[in-house]
Amino acid sequence: MLESHIITELKTLVGAANVSTENADLICYSYDATQQQFLPEVVVHPGSTEEISAVIKLANREKIPVFPRGAGSGFTGGALPTKGGIVLVTERLDQILLIDEENLVATVQPGVVTEQFQQAVEKVGLFYPPDPASLKFSTLGGNVAECAGGPRCVKYGVTKDYILGLEIVTPTGDIIRTGGPTMKGVVGYDLTKLMCGSEGTLGVITKIVIKLLPLPEAKKTMLVLFDSIDGAAQAVSAIIRGKIIPTTLEFMDAATIDCVRKATGLQVPDAARAVLIIEVDGDADVIDRQAAKIAEIIQPLGVVETRIATTAAESEALWQIRRSVSASLRKVNPDKFNEDICVPRSKVPEMIRKVDAIAGKYNIPIVNFGHAGDGNIHVNVMIDKKVPGELEKAEQAIEEVFRGALELGGTMSGEHGVGIAKAAYIPLELSPEASEYMKTIKRALDPNNILNPGKIFLDN
Amino acid sequence: MTKLKELEQYRAEIEQCVKCGACRAHCPVFGAEKHEGRVARGKVALAGALLDGKIGLEEKVLFDLSQCLLCGSCTAQCPNKVPTEEIVAAARRRIAREKGLSSFGRGMTTVLRRQKLLNLLAKTGGSMAKLLFKKLPESSGLRLRFPLPYLDPDRTLPEFTAKPFRERVPEWIEGEAGQPTVAFFTGCGINYMYPAVGEALLRALKFLGVSVVIPKDQGCCGLPAVSAGAGAAVEELAAQNLKALTARPVDFIVTACASCHAGLGKVYADLGAEYRALGAKVEDIFVFLANHGLPEKLAALPAAEKKVRVTYHDPCHLRTQGITREPRRILAALPQVEFVEMTGAGTCCGLGGTYSVYHYETSKQIGAKKATAIADSGAALVATDCPGCIMQLQDSINHAGGRQKAVHILELLNDALP
Repeated sequence: MLESHIITELKTLVGAANVSTENADLICYSYDATQQQFLPEVVVHPGSTEEISAVIKLANREKIPVFPRGAGSGFTGGALPTKGGIVLVTERLDQILLIDEENLVATVQPGVVTEQFQQAVEKVGLFYPPDPASLKFSTLGGNVAECAGGPRCVKYGVTKDYILGLEIVTPTGDIIRTGGPTMKGVVGYDLTKLMCGSEGTLGVITKIVIKLLPLPEAKKTMLVLFDSIDGAAQAVSAIIRGKIIPTTLEFMDAATIDCVRKATGLQVPDAARAVLIIEVDGDADVIDRQAAKIAEIIQPLGVVETRIATTAAESEALWQIRRSVSASLRKVNPDKFNEDICVPRSKVPEMIRKVDAIAGKYNIPIVNFGHAGDGNIHVNVMIDKKVPGELEKAEQAIEEVFRGALELGGTMSGEHGVGIAKAAYIPLELSPEASEYMKTIKRALDPNNILNPGKIFLDN
Repeated sequence: MTKLKELEQYRAEIEQCVKCGACRAHCPVFGAEKHEGRVARGKVALAGALLDGKIGLEEKVLFDLSQCLLCGSCTAQCPNKVPTEEIVAAARRRIAREKGLSSFGRGMTTVLRRQKLLNLLAKTGGSMAKLLFKKLPESSGLRLRFPLPYLDPDRTLPEFTAKPFRERVPEWIEGEAGQPTVAFFTGCGINYMYPAVGEALLRALKFLGVSVVIPKDQGCCGLPAVSAGAGAAVEELAAQNLKALTARPVDFIVTACASCHAGLGKVYADLGAEYRALGAKVEDIFVFLANHGLPEKLAALPAAEKKVRVTYHDPCHLRTQGITREPRRILAALPQVEFVEMTGAGTCCGLGGTYSVYHYETSKQIGAKKATAIADSGAALVATDCPGCIMQLQDSINHAGGRQKAVHILELLNDALP
């Protein structure tokens, strides 16, 4: 337990109403989408950068671990208070501070919900492309900390490609700015990029300067059913070879289609063994041509059926199918291990075959879907933890999946990060020297190891 | 009698929550309060902790569990369809059993269970209205002159009627041969505050030639008692209504209140087969009217020279049961109405039954968003299908200084009928 004088001091720093040691609050800030639970000792809701700085200074002085938290929707445990201490909630910092239409730049606080930001910029004809599946509730601070991806990344890139600058509170409580609102800037190390995806271990993000694009005039969504995963994968390559980069190229394998069919009553012919959701955006007259060209290119590749949305509502309905995937998986088994490996996109069919073989070897259902356009596959290992031995089998299967992805020149995480879920597997991907290089940075910036300890690396 | 489900019986549903956080995007209370304890995910976690004995009925737990409108928005959008409103209601029943009902909950259930007392109070309220309340300039409601327990003086209230609706109308109204027979479950809102809505409903049914029974001994649907955690009162009221509504064979039981619709059609379902049979007959009035030819008859009416711009608010208890098209269909078919959609028509108004009594400040914050959306739509009227929503919408509009009026669609239908 934290000593009472610490709690008193925290209350002085951020106001008594924003500090809680009540059991109910500790429980409410003990979990995230990993379904693991760790109780903090205190939950703090600071209201400004200065308050965050003061809290971190206190934590650094007293060597109390601090766990920054946005919406708590991460899949790898990035926000879990694994070592007790302080959960530092950034949700009160929820203001869009500036949308600069002249320079196509915005400045926001970390607690702004991603979709609300997108809607705000779209109202003035601008566009913020990163669109994680959790966009309706995840926060931009969390998106930056984890370097969130999403379906549109195949054309537009991930969160870090839109972050021009940050204000951060360092692990010792200093307030610094990295980068800024210019499109170029090469003074010193690129700390902005270092912070993106650092999972809250190197600083607390308190302001974000974001690059915006003009909002594409129109978009067109297509759902294409294939008779094999190979057909779908060849379609991805064929489209890109055809010099079209769609906004999104999402795929679902046969197991995923079965899940969605059961959960939502989706009408899909039995012959469909893979699905691609393809979206193109741009000028209205261009996207019709692009959609027609895509349909033509992929037709010989085992297409069972093509559905093209003609209205925004129809487009939304197609996307709803993709969004319902994650939850529909529970119909397979109650416990889900959601991995997000990424391989070079031409290797997607090979990777799916590897995963299928692993599923067969361990006799565990594994369901694959994801962002085929950038080779990012969500591999969902479905088990019932209550069945003895299942958990161990799942862990072995996951390790083999990671090894398989790495053999193909891939990575074990495309967009979820490492957190605690993948920390044990880091040596598979990073050489000891590379790990040490990263740990040296952490040690230098956070000498007392107070900021999100135990994340990314097992022993930090 | 079979009892409403205990919290223990929701263990599987509680475990279905994968803590993804999707409910954060849809919970009106979380939208106003931004605290994990206020959102479905947090409340489900607390309910689970209660079941596992990891937490007791501490003040903070009671507070968080009281912070739910029971609107069902979370469940409607939940990837796993975790029934948070049912879990919270079951938790509240456990709280009421172990800690006792709140004083308001006690008073309210006492009154709701005793029809005569409710009649007396309503009539007294009606006859004393001039003394107790002052009329607002726009005649859109009343404000308190003197403080009364549980009523915020800042709140706009509708006028209580001196003569409840069910005392104004005969119990049986014969329709045309070949047309269905329906029972009209009036609910407290129409009976005591909006009798004109009830009269409009009877006119609409008469227009179609439907026979109507309005059982005198029907009572409150019990939803306020669900919200307060008063399980026994819910069961008593359900039994009373079952008896009243089955005394005469009917084809349908119609409601013009979203909450009553959910009470009769959904809450009672846990009480046994005869209640499920009752629930199967319950239809929202606009679903009934749409299925029985009203839109076609409205289309035949001459177009009005002057149209009034009207927007629609989805009551939670209809929206979460998928009833969104029929009320709009009827509304848009009215000859004097120019229908416009507003932003967020499907978000809760913030009333939540007893919620707004316990948490009026948050309730007002939620309502304020609605008032802005109504104003932005450019509508002069906001129509809906629930007396509770009408009360809250008008209160929110008045707080925002708007000039719009909240009405029941039936009132507009009444104006349109020849």
